[in-house]
Amino acid sequence: MPPTTGPFPISRPWKRWAVAAGLVAGFLAFFWLFGGWSLAPQVDLTLSNGDEPQTLDPAMATAQLDGRIILALFEGLTTRAADGSIVGGMAESWEMSPDGLTYTFHLRPGIKWSNGDPVTAQDFVDSWERTLNPATASEYSYQLYYLRNGEAYGTGKITDFSQVGVKAPDAQTLVCTLAHPTAFFLELTSFQTLCPVHMPTIKKYGRDWTKPGHMVSNGPYVLKDWRFRNYILVEANPYYWKPVPVHRMKVLPTSNANTTFNLFYSHKTDLILDTRSIPATLVADIKDKPYFHANPFGATTFLRFNVKRKPFDDVRVRTALALALDKHDIVTKITRAGEPIADTFAPPGYKGYTPPQGLGYHPDEARRLLAEAGYPGGKGFPDVNLLYAIRGSGPQQIATEMQALWQRELGITSIHLRGQEFNVYLNTQQLIDYDLSLSAWIGDYNDPQTFLDMFVTDGGNNETGWSDPQYDQLLATSENTVDPAARMKILSDMEKILCVDQVPIVPIYFWVGMALYEPGKIGGFEPNFVDDHRWGNFYIPEKKP
Amino acid sequence: MIALIVRRLIQAIPVLFIVVTLTFMLVRSAPGSPFASEKKIPKEIMDQLEQEYDLKGPLWHQYAQYMWKVAHGDLSISTQYRNRSVNEIIAQTLPVSMTLGALAYCMALGAGITLGALAAVRHGQWGDRTLMLLALLGISIPSFVLAPMLILFLAIDLGILPVAGWGSADQIILPALCLSIPFAAIIARLTRGSLLEVLKLDFVRTARAKGLPEFAVLFRHALKVAILPVIGYSGPAAAGILTGSIVIETLFGIPGIGPFFVLSAENFDPFVTSGIVLVFSSFLIVFNLVADILYFVVDRRVRLE
Repeated sequence: MPPTTGPFPISRPWKRWAVAAGLVAGFLAFFWLFGGWSLAPQVDLTLSNGDEPQTLDPAMATAQLDGRIILALFEGLTTRAADGSIVGGMAESWEMSPDGLTYTFHLRPGIKWSNGDPVTAQDFVDSWERTLNPATASEYSYQLYYLRNGEAYGTGKITDFSQVGVKAPDAQTLVCTLAHPTAFFLELTSFQTLCPVHMPTIKKYGRDWTKPGHMVSNGPYVLKDWRFRNYILVEANPYYWKPVPVHRMKVLPTSNANTTFNLFYSHKTDLILDTRSIPATLVADIKDKPYFHANPFGATTFLRFNVKRKPFDDVRVRTALALALDKHDIVTKITRAGEPIADTFAPPGYKGYTPPQGLGYHPDEARRLLAEAGYPGGKGFPDVNLLYAIRGSGPQQIATEMQALWQRELGITSIHLRGQEFNVYLNTQQLIDYDLSLSAWIGDYNDPQTFLDMFVTDGGNNETGWSDPQYDQLLATSENTVDPAARMKILSDMEKILCVDQVPIVPIYFWVGMALYEPGKIGGFEPNFVDDHRWGNFYIPEKKP
Repeated sequence: MIALIVRRLIQAIPVLFIVVTLTFMLVRSAPGSPFASEKKIPKEIMDQLEQEYDLKGPLWHQYAQYMWKVAHGDLSISTQYRNRSVNEIIAQTLPVSMTLGALAYCMALGAGITLGALAAVRHGQWGDRTLMLLALLGISIPSFVLAPMLILFLAIDLGILPVAGWGSADQIILPALCLSIPFAAIIARLTRGSLLEVLKLDFVRTARAKGLPEFAVLFRHALKVAILPVIGYSGPAAAGILTGSIVIETLFGIPGIGPFFVLSAENFDPFVTSGIVLVFSSFLIVFNLVADILYFVVDRRVRLE
């Protein structure tokens, strides 16, 4: 046999073909096994949730999109109806003591975990201990600081959990003792942080307990499959206390808004839940389509002043900048989803709450105040930076518009834009190392306090350096006021100090929650103020009994 | 040759060591924190978080802890995806990118070499000019323009391919096409240029003089020599294409490793960033080595010493 002449040691053509075929077969086999290919599972609904969840551990989750999946898998003492109102979840009924300090919850009889174990009041005690325990490092553990001694335990000042205000006198009864009356406590008990977890599963699997096959949950759905950044599959929990209308759902983590919209447009997803997943540039075009749904949502974009720095230590300068801002211009030119402009900080729509009259848009008064403060026509105004987060194009456009508006109305030319990558921006803001900062706040619960308690002196989220003893005093009074009407009045007075008298912040606009779905395809999805849509409420209209 | 491979792999260790060290130091010295949040985290919780992720204490100590883990094959845990280790993230996303990349790579090589050879044969003619214009477009149109255009045309208007997603054979075609086009364009230009030089050489004239058909002259003899610059280019290109594309994987919603090159830096996920840089560097070293070996196999003039 002559020596091989080609570059490869195999000379016969059929051998080459065999090698090639073998390589192709091996390649296909490898990627079938490891490449995440699978037969598409049959599902009743496909949802686009915005991004890959960071975690499905109720105690650890902080992001809204994580919360949406977690609240399909887990359920707290209370839950939400489609319209956002609080209804019984694991608890069938509850009583509040007249002083507003003690809540006694009665669990539904026969409630079970997805493995058949009974859900008991002790499960709540153990889960809350886990969340509060500093060793767990739960970033949202402060949601349990409303319990008596919750904060002390959560920050390691006491180590005896029996001193914390939660007790299980029997398997069906949970008694919560609060640090002070908390009007929105039943809102908190519906939130993911206060959902119970199955402690034996966590003990068994540690960090891996949220994997499919490991996770035991108590909500309307159970986790069937979780392909990282590909999809999550949830299926109705047979042990849930009532029938779940939609049997199986697929959750897509597509993070790119255009891709998500393409999937919706080509009927590959039935519902886009996440406001950020709807392309901002398209909103104006699709706003009038039957599949576009928007509703007021408890979140506000606003401007923070660093009141420790010149010239914003002068309330007249702050007021002038607030009065000169034509917010209408921003919502019609940039955001364009029908966002209402904001003259007060807490969004309108909280039950029983009447916000004060805000500052509004009065450029003449603004110019007068600025001149009075020593900068007539913007002359002599020092160089300052306007900080914003580089996160999509929205914040940059808004900051640019604000810069132009102040130049137009007040003649200030020395405001410079300072965009920072989101994480760096948060850090800069926390260190109060800015002059002006474009910020946003999403309410944690359905009550204006979630906005107003931020600005208490040295509050963790104040970040303006602003402090007002009267404001602090009013907050303390409101926290001990049980009568809802009187409490709302105090909150309104606080808001007047914040947005009219002292102006450490300028509210700009309120958000709208957006969702895309064909109305005939999904039922049980109603606009609600907290933009909190529990998947257990969904149904498919033609299948509705 | 075995000795050479072993030597090159041993040389790779200090290179990777330096790469990981630099990455770690750069990531850890950037402002911002992996645990930054819109809501202030109580100090006790922050301390515990930093403790848990070995991000506490002096930098050299963090670095030593990390290197100790890396030496044991543990790339630590993600600060973004709290229930996942970096090993797990890479194990789940890298094969996805490799699947897509391998297909795109084969498409790029096949199309690039064929079209480049065709252009060389038709040198100076209409066909050559058209192909080279297309190649120029392929190189210069960025993928974030090309991909949406192809999606709009092929997936939305014609509806013949899915717009995005991962998990079935039809979903891989469009992203693989988008990914392969710039590589195919570069390979076509390289092949054409090199083949034009080779076709002038004596051995080609000899082959033609022997009466071999033009096809055999081109593909059996000339291309075997002309392919050398393509091999040189395709080593590093393979490392790039197999470790995923940020743009393509994001636009097509593909659960690959590509977006992590940017995402992990945006999220300040220090160990994911270091882990991915480590993987990419290893790929680069391995594929450069493979290219060198192929050089040797194809062209016996090359001495590996």
